[in-house]
Amino acid sequence: MESVHAIELRHITKRFGKVVANDSIDLTLDRGEILSLLGENGSGKTTLMNMLAGIYLPDEGEILVNGEPAAIRSPKDSFDYHIGMIHQHFKLVDVFTAAENIVLGLHDGKLDRREIYEKVRAISDRYGFGIDPGKKVYEMSVSEKQTVEIVKVLYRGADILILDEPTAVLTPQETDRLFKILRSMREDGKAIVIITHKLHEVMALSDKVAVLRKGKYIGTVNTKDTNPQALTDMMVGHSVTLNINRPDPVDVVPRLTVKGLTCLDAEGVKKLDNVSFTAMGGEILGIAGIAGSGQKELLESIAGLYPVASGSIEYSPEGREPTELVGKSPMEIKKSGVAMAFVPEDRLGMGLVGGMGMTGNMMLRSWKKGKGAFVNKKDPNKLALEVMESLEVVTPSVECPVRRLSGGNVQKVLVGREIASCPSVLMSAYAVRGLDINTSYTIYNLMTEQKMKGVAVIFVGEDLDVLLELCDRILVLCGGQVSGIVDGRKATKEEMGLMMTRVAGRKEEQA
Amino acid sequence: MNTNPILLLISAAVLNGTPLLFGTIGEILAEKTGNLNLGVEGMMYMGGAMGLGGVFYYEKAVGAGANPVLAILIALLCAFLAGAIGAVIYSFVTITLRANQNVTGLALSIFGTGAGQFIGEYMRTREGGFVAISNSLKDVFQNSPFPASLQNLPVVGPLLFCYNIFVYIGLAMAILMALYLNKTRSGLHLRAVGESPATADAAGINVTRYKYLATIIGGGISAIGGMVYIMTIAGCVWNHEGLSGEGWLAVALVIFCIWRPMNAVWGSVLFGALMILYLRLQLPFIPDQLYKILPYVVTVVVLIITSMRNKKENQPPASLGLSYFREDR
Repeated sequence: MESVHAIELRHITKRFGKVVANDSIDLTLDRGEILSLLGENGSGKTTLMNMLAGIYLPDEGEILVNGEPAAIRSPKDSFDYHIGMIHQHFKLVDVFTAAENIVLGLHDGKLDRREIYEKVRAISDRYGFGIDPGKKVYEMSVSEKQTVEIVKVLYRGADILILDEPTAVLTPQETDRLFKILRSMREDGKAIVIITHKLHEVMALSDKVAVLRKGKYIGTVNTKDTNPQALTDMMVGHSVTLNINRPDPVDVVPRLTVKGLTCLDAEGVKKLDNVSFTAMGGEILGIAGIAGSGQKELLESIAGLYPVASGSIEYSPEGREPTELVGKSPMEIKKSGVAMAFVPEDRLGMGLVGGMGMTGNMMLRSWKKGKGAFVNKKDPNKLALEVMESLEVVTPSVECPVRRLSGGNVQKVLVGREIASCPSVLMSAYAVRGLDINTSYTIYNLMTEQKMKGVAVIFVGEDLDVLLELCDRILVLCGGQVSGIVDGRKATKEEMGLMMTRVAGRKEEQA
Repeated sequence: MNTNPILLLISAAVLNGTPLLFGTIGEILAEKTGNLNLGVEGMMYMGGAMGLGGVFYYEKAVGAGANPVLAILIALLCAFLAGAIGAVIYSFVTITLRANQNVTGLALSIFGTGAGQFIGEYMRTREGGFVAISNSLKDVFQNSPFPASLQNLPVVGPLLFCYNIFVYIGLAMAILMALYLNKTRSGLHLRAVGESPATADAAGINVTRYKYLATIIGGGISAIGGMVYIMTIAGCVWNHEGLSGEGWLAVALVIFCIWRPMNAVWGSVLFGALMILYLRLQLPFIPDQLYKILPYVVTVVVLIITSMRNKKENQPPASLGLSYFREDR
């Protein structure tokens, strides 16, 4: 006899414009089991689950809940099918209490605080949440907020729970507690999906593992029949040859020495933990890692934008004494003669002013120059024209607001401007995100060109194939720690995949 | 009659604070959904002109037999509608078209002031230079609804029972608003919309509907304040100068009372007192204008204190002034 699946997905396809986020995916989920949905960044895990949560509609395919075809068009429909999703970014009102957040949007009767408190406590006791219904959300820790989110969906009667990277923000102790709760919910007959890319959690918690890669469904295996190595192979697949031009580095000199760098975020969570490395002039240092492993914080703390808790960043210019960068503002860093270029992740947010033309944006780098109160428009204009020509920026004119340009052209403007300042350190974060193949190669070649000029290039990337073909050395970050620095010419994708999820290769001392 | 200067100051403060109370209560409702409607000044002008016009034409139509209760209801309704019309324009532009709230609010202020002036002046010239209602109806608007025996009680009488009916309506409105916002499910949803529209949306709350309704009803309540000013303080005569600045004071009072209707009750009395202080407490060499900035000075002081203490409950609704795009996730 075949039992009815709690959820069955049949040939689900979702496209965003030309990009296929999910390509004909089949998946089943049963009651009383925990399914891990495993995959790299951008493999379509969250997109797939958002279709169950009613946030996206599938373009093709069919969703069956309890064996019956279900039409999930909105978050409310999803609730009606008893599906509850806990998003990575919590949706809670800060100034409300836990109980107020839990009942938000429900319409059953009047607001009887005592009754709600009792019901919340009942759920809390059943699974061991230990939640105070009267506590305000802004007074809560991240793990308490997550608990409120879970209680919120249980309060609505959800028996199919989807958790999107629930452990990303938790400490190991909190993670253990969450797992205990999830196991007790499994005993209670609930069906649970957790989206994750941490292999050891997959092995510790789940009954089955479904793997996605680049939007495609690779397969489902029973956790007890598999091992981390096999899962990594499923996750990253085989290497693809990209033929990126990579000349051997010449005259390599230490340019930037980072020692024991530690950074905390506003909540006191360690974003970078004792990070040490040296960036060499004349080579490209790649930085790999799962999204949010500290890449952004690393670049920003070098640029003087992120507060450093401890550690040192030493800059050694050619033929001069090294300078310490920690504790200096971006302005002071620039004044002390550090020629550093930063291509941030958020191009229009941090890099460029969307409403200004190329000329105006070129001026942002040189606004201190010129005499008196009037700006000198001639030089920036010349520079803008140069960048436009040499990088083949497609724009009606250098005065056209950069917001109207395509993503690739925006990136060219930004990189062009940064390179024009003749930096000795060039940092770029996700430089090719959202760009087409040809533009990506233009950017790769620009990076290589800079490297050959003796610039220390730091390239944060997400595509391992690219990192392995572009970079001379690759630093792998995992949860804010350096899990190793590998040679870009010798390392394999599997090796790096494991390092990113820290199963092997821990503490490979190398500088 | 009571001659005690302190009692006189208090009753004058209450009288002057009542238009502000309405303006503030309405604006609190709108701001609690995240709509910073700076058009209060304009809506109060429209409410003042339309409220007076409504009663004037009603009396003109029925003559001496005008029903006092009906007259008050007409005044309230006309003023409410005037403000609601202004708020509909504002809501459509900011909620549906997602225009900048500050710019739209300022535009509504200018538009409403002009529209109110136009209606008021038009009535005045049409009716031979003077729009006024009969003395008997004036008394209905300006005298206390309580019997003389209560009003003549020593101290308690002038302190509690000698005000015009709008003082009591305003007080009731403030209490109802506080109950609605803090004790009902719908009030909880409304506040959630103002704090985090994305959260409210994900919880299945209709953000657009809450924003529209709160802004329109709030605009109507604010506009009643303008009518109250014209019908009580200005003596039921169109007075285009007296109203100027009332709306801005109401916006300041919303901040002063940290978005809580019950604080608005005593806040409006305080602001009312500060507005008329120059008439009661004249110090040599200090010009009237200095007194008139006092309400704004206290508002700035309150803003500084609440910002410094940085208590989450005392902060403006988190999404105040921001348009909500569902696509932004």
